[in-house]
Amino acid sequence: MSTLAIEHLTIGLPEGADRPFAVEDVSMTIDKGHILCVVGESGSGKSMTANALMGLLPPGVAVKAGRALFEARDVLRLPEADKMALRGASIAMIFQEPMTALNPLMRIGDQITEVFAAHDRFTQAERRKKALDLIREVQLPDPEKIIRAYPFQLSGGQRQRAMIAMALALEPKLLIADEPTTALDVTTQSQILKLILDLRDRRGMAVMFITHDFGVVAEIADGVIVMREGKVVEQGPAAQVLNTPQHGYTRRLLAAIPTGVLPERRVLSDSPALEIKGLRKIYRTGGGLFRAPREVRAVDDVSLTVSRGEVLGLVGESGSGKSTLGRTAVRLVTPDGGQVLVGGTDLAALSDEDLRKQRHKVQMVFQDPYASLNPRQRIIGAITDGPIARGIPKARAVARARELLDIVGLGADAASRFPHEFSGGQRQRIGIARALAMDPELIIADEAVSALDVSIQAQVLDLLRDLREKMDLSILFITHDLRVAAQLCDRIAVMQKGRLVEIGTVHDIFLNPQQDYTKQLLAAVPGADWDNQKVPA
Amino acid sequence: MSFWKRFRTNIGAIVGVVLLIGVIAIALLAPVIFEHGPWQMVQRPFLAPFAVDGLPLGTDTLGRDVASQLAHGARVSLLVGLVSTLVALLIGVPLGALAGFYGGYVDEGAMRFTEFFQTIPNFALAIVLVAIFEPSLASITLAIAIVSWPPVARLVRAEVMSVRKREFVDAATLAGLSKHRILIRQVLPNTVSPIIVMASLMVATAILLESSLSFLGLGDPNAMSWGYMIGAARTVIRSSWWLSFFPGVAIIITVLALNLIGEGLNDALNPHLSRKGRA
Repeated sequence: MSTLAIEHLTIGLPEGADRPFAVEDVSMTIDKGHILCVVGESGSGKSMTANALMGLLPPGVAVKAGRALFEARDVLRLPEADKMALRGASIAMIFQEPMTALNPLMRIGDQITEVFAAHDRFTQAERRKKALDLIREVQLPDPEKIIRAYPFQLSGGQRQRAMIAMALALEPKLLIADEPTTALDVTTQSQILKLILDLRDRRGMAVMFITHDFGVVAEIADGVIVMREGKVVEQGPAAQVLNTPQHGYTRRLLAAIPTGVLPERRVLSDSPALEIKGLRKIYRTGGGLFRAPREVRAVDDVSLTVSRGEVLGLVGESGSGKSTLGRTAVRLVTPDGGQVLVGGTDLAALSDEDLRKQRHKVQMVFQDPYASLNPRQRIIGAITDGPIARGIPKARAVARARELLDIVGLGADAASRFPHEFSGGQRQRIGIARALAMDPELIIADEAVSALDVSIQAQVLDLLRDLREKMDLSILFITHDLRVAAQLCDRIAVMQKGRLVEIGTVHDIFLNPQQDYTKQLLAAVPGADWDNQKVPA
Repeated sequence: MSFWKRFRTNIGAIVGVVLLIGVIAIALLAPVIFEHGPWQMVQRPFLAPFAVDGLPLGTDTLGRDVASQLAHGARVSLLVGLVSTLVALLIGVPLGALAGFYGGYVDEGAMRFTEFFQTIPNFALAIVLVAIFEPSLASITLAIAIVSWPPVARLVRAEVMSVRKREFVDAATLAGLSKHRILIRQVLPNTVSPIIVMASLMVATAILLESSLSFLGLGDPNAMSWGYMIGAARTVIRSSWWLSFFPGVAIIITVLALNLIGEGLNDALNPHLSRKGRA
């Protein structure tokens, strides 16, 4: 007996969109106690499907055909009053970004009891007791304190637990989870996944789990549906889809996932491209006449070197200081102590004017492909600004820029276009071309592929690998994703709370980690067991 | 959707544009349509509208053609509105941009200076300024500009502060561009949309300010303006309603047109903030 049966669901997009339907002829069933993973890249219509069930479609987007049977009723066509009664009580949802999904001005306890109040259940005292039970059930520490806490006082993982507690309040039969772990660190992610598995077992809910990450799928899914551009390309039991994918697209997606396969050892040169010595950066916030400011040691006495032609991976969870280290190395942030030696010059000690002349030595590829290009500047301008400021004649800079656009796989005619005409992956290529245009001694890639879909991610990684061979590039590759780091890097440095925990070759780190924290990180990578099955180490 | 497409779908904005074009046309063609100037006495005073052929809006207390006065008044209103807004932008944009971009002491200094102007009531300051200078078109325009730039500075500062934190600004820094070049070439172009919207609304406010000043008799004595007409007709408002009614309507239409355009621009330039489709 299935909890939810979606039949031939079609959702229309407003005129002027890139395709007529967000979701086209999608059918699926979720059984009681099962976890169905809906997998797809961005724009595949997986979130639209979930939003349609909850009645959360944006204006202009509407269900055109099909039905969704839940408890023998078509939830897509219920009157609004019935939908309201259904939401929260029988179908609950958790979202990707727990910070924005929670009301910042309400205590956690109040937000949970509000669910009961909205459905008119229980008395005030009972509600509070139930809220405490729920907080305990989602394993939040110190329930008495959490119930009085505001969202900003919790960590990302704790917030997501609070969201789950709210969703579970009325014992829904179906839980829809829209990328609930995407914004979380790997270790937190694995805890949340465990919690969802656990709750499913205990309560026998059906779970519709939307994700883009096949690693997560391997961890929790009973059934899998792969979506692409609004259509289902493949569905079946998890083991079958993961191990013997039938459709070409699924196979390509699976092939694009960074695997545990380690790159070949390469001989590294002795001459360093970047030397960081005893680097320190402390952020101070608050404080006044009588109160000491709060200090955060973002980077605490870190020393490392990147050799010429080497890719050094810098791995850590959010707040580990890896981005601050990267920004200090290009001196977008001025360190409080220590040296940043690039080709013998200490960037940390230069005056503003001297620094400007040395800027070209270290370049950066940024995380967000949408924010890192000026929306009002043509691509050619973005790439040639730097070389021209360095004194290279305009004609030569333009010729070089066209050449570079060709090298990164965009074609020279991309030069005269504006950023909004490109996709995320293409923009990241532009970012790489911009960095290369300066002939840098070192490129710092700050989460450069984190915002991209897996297949695009694989392409950009291929490009970086290719460039490393061709141009003998040195790269400091900052990422939170160990799997990605394993693909590209020669050595890996692990950071935690501003300190360098461990540094070693990829093989050392992956096969023989020394520190507990590194072991924890490795164990938390979703789908680790499945990876190992696929590729015997 | 392109900017024009979005703007075109906004009926209010199109109405605004049509009205404004009408007012501009009348202002430009005033000397052609009316052979006698606004100061010239053409008939006996206090003629009601349509009482005599050729004088559709009647005559004023001195027998001057109200229609001609109205058309010539449009020139003054539009000119003062436009020029004073430009001057206000010239003061506010650089100041706000510097404050937002450089922060620290520059920001402190610029903002305290701005607050100094903001603490004085607009209209009172404008009166004082016009009274100190001789009342003339130039001094009125300048006075209006001086009282209306502080909101511009604040807006530009806020916009610059938010754009400054975007990654492409970091990228430009790494490209070795100098700070003022980053400000002018990278940051400022991204703040243009809200400035345009604000400017269109400021023109409307400036026209109102000019009318108020002229109403109080602080207008340029050599320029016919709507505010002056209402002011002069104040004493006879009960016997000759048309003398204050028509210039009043002219002010309302022009200001309304500018506000409609401003709102249309706002929706078209910032589609994500559009108030439509969001009940």
